Amino acid sequence: MSLEKFIWSFIIGGLICVIGQILMDGFKLTPAHTMCTLVVSGAILGGLGWYDPLVKFAGAGATVPICSFGNQLVKGALQEAETTGIIGVLTGIFEVTSAGISAAIIFGFLAALIFRPKG
Amino acid sequence: MSNKKRKNLSPVQQQYQDFAKAREPKIPIYKNCLKAFLVGGIICTIGQCLNWFFMTFFNFNEKTAGNPTVAVLIFISILLTGLGVYDHISQWAGAGTAVPVTGFANTIASAAIEHKSEGFVLGVGGNMFKIAGPVIVYGVFSAFVVAMVNVIIKWLGGM
Repeated sequence: MSLEKFIWSFIIGGLICVIGQILMDGFKLTPAHTMCTLVVSGAILGGLGWYDPLVKFAGAGATVPICSFGNQLVKGALQEAETTGIIGVLTGIFEVTSAGISAAIIFGFLAALIFRPKG
Repeated sequence: MSNKKRKNLSPVQQQYQDFAKAREPKIPIYKNCLKAFLVGGIICTIGQCLNWFFMTFFNFNEKTAGNPTVAVLIFISILLTGLGVYDHISQWAGAGTAVPVTGFANTIASAAIEHKSEGFVLGVGGNMFKIAGPVIVYGVFSAFVVAMVNVIIKWLGGM
């Protein structure tokens, strides 16, 4: 892997965060609304097939922002639909994102066990 | 405030609205965007380093390396949330920390820790997805719609 990829992941990842900041400051959305908007747009881009080229180009710059969550949900659903037919949309939707959601739940719960609320 | 809403207000109320609007603190949007760009970019670059690490030292390829990377980033951000460091960073960085998956993990962990005093089932379990829940709901629903549209288009094309 070349150094170029690190630079592109910095730039693309940063730009996606700027879009989020504009949604928050310019359109006065709460962080939750911003995240929902980005996830939905990621799902739409994934359905059009435009997100994967971005991932190939920018690496983690495209997979780390929350829009990749939407893209991966669509991807899992479509992959499963290809093998098992239309019911695969239901069974495959969490196929790819499982790591992220499970990690967040498990570590989040462990954190609640260990840490005390601050201030 | 929209014009339609404004019409229903009395002149005094309108005056007050103007008065309040003139004294609203201005959001330094360019500065915030720059901060978001820097911090978001750095988080994504860390992600890229982890990607590279998993591809070089473990048997992951470019497509599968994303999953362990996301898991490690989530772990780091939850640890920082528990230690109380993440809040300070996110106050400075705005969307730079909210948009990457680290922000998603932070909302889960902070809600879980904050509601600990209400008990483990209704407090921690019930409030964990207070902010992250909508993201999952809208993500899953939109993904469902998009996937169905795709499947139907393919099915029509195959006929």
